[in-house]
Amino acid sequence: MDKSDLRCQGPLYPRDKTLHPKALTPDYKSSLLRSPKMTLIPMSNTLSEITGPVFDPNILGEFDSDLTKNYCSGKQIGIGEQIIVHGKVFDENSRTIPNVLIEVWQANASGRYRHFSDSYKAPLDPYFGGCGRCVTDQNGCYSFRTIRPGAYPWPNGGNNWRPSHIHFSIFGTSFAQRLITQMYFEGDPLIKLCPIANTIEDPASLKTLVAQLDMKKTIHMDARAYQFNIILRGRFSTIFENKMDGN
Amino acid sequence: MHKLQRLKEIPSQTAGPFLHIGCIPSQIGLNTLGGIDLGSVLLSKKTKGKRITLTGKVFDGKNIPIRDGMVEIWQADANGLYRTSETKLDGSDLNFSGWGRSHCDFESGSWTFKTIKPGPVMMKNGKWMAPHISFWFVARGINLGLNTRMYFSDEHSLNEKDPLLQELKGTKRIRTLMARKIAENSYEFNIYLQGKNETIFFEI
Ligand SMILES: [Fe+2]
Repeated sequence: MDKSDLRCQGPLYPRDKTLHPKALTPDYKSSLLRSPKMTLIPMSNTLSEITGPVFDPNILGEFDSDLTKNYCSGKQIGIGEQIIVHGKVFDENSRTIPNVLIEVWQANASGRYRHFSDSYKAPLDPYFGGCGRCVTDQNGCYSFRTIRPGAYPWPNGGNNWRPSHIHFSIFGTSFAQRLITQMYFEGDPLIKLCPIANTIEDPASLKTLVAQLDMKKTIHMDARAYQFNIILRGRFSTIFENKMDGN
Repeated sequence: MHKLQRLKEIPSQTAGPFLHIGCIPSQIGLNTLGGIDLGSVLLSKKTKGKRITLTGKVFDGKNIPIRDGMVEIWQADANGLYRTSETKLDGSDLNFSGWGRSHCDFESGSWTFKTIKPGPVMMKNGKWMAPHISFWFVARGINLGLNTRMYFSDEHSLNEKDPLLQELKGTKRIRTLMARKIAENSYEFNIYLQGKNETIFFEI
């Protein structure tokens, strides 16, 4: 199915808030002054929410989905464990979604970000930038090659270390599906200690962010693979009248 | 046809303080993804409509502007049509993507968009939405991106008839959705995360 057909579908299923972190999560200190105090006001989806940005696949450069190579345009390779992160993007109706733009960013193998405000003393990797992007294919599949990011300490009032993670920014077929999240790695003991991961109260929901080692896609003598499937909000299949309450 | 299994949306996590690396890398001097950030340019010479500049800041609970966040906007074109396809003709202005992205300035916290004023949008029921722009804000400390809508304070008669604004009529907070005209073709829209001016955020 072509994405423009998906776009012609109706409103989104209401978001299941129990799956997501609350705005105020005191163990994650940055949320204290940045969480709205008033409850969100529900609104019926209109065209403004059920449509969303479209991207020309030609924006992608040769190395955009290969973070091991893209910082040095293929001339040098980033330092660390080479991994492949791949999966499919679905909506809640189990339909795969093609043409989804996925942007990723991450720390290097030492846990250091190439960012002026990262004060962790671990070394920068001269061959690693830490960003990439790709677009899902006609079957909703995506794949990156990268370096497994290191854990890193962060200021949160205690001895806090982030588990290894990759940040994901995902564009579905509508602005209401816009999502930023983080992918973790199977078996990481820091996940259950992490105040940010634990902003998600439902353990089953958190588990959906944990990529699983995938020996089928692992390439011998080259790179281990991790599978991470992405589920975005589902949509009603037909457009129905955008009735506002009280109208 | 087999019945499809119902899945659950994956949860959100904060974008964190380093979102620039992946979303707006050139703002921190990273040219890894071609050097032009997606959403940084909404207009070309051929775009139809009245050019406007939108600026604002996002204030935290201590009324301090957030300097490590990112704002995205989504809007209709000058005729009130949304872009729905890169390849198919849908009647919308092919020279206008409708989507923009700006970081909060690292010193002042200001974000800026150079765009066009959207036209009123006709709903499926024949009613008209007043010109408006959808906003999405993410930053460190925000666990789930925040959605709000910006309307134009100088569109009084269209705002009066806007179904969402009508629904919110009577709440004082409705003014938090209004961009203030600060100069000809220039509007300011400040967002307050907490406090007496807390902006209305929507569950969309
Ligand atoms: Fe991170």
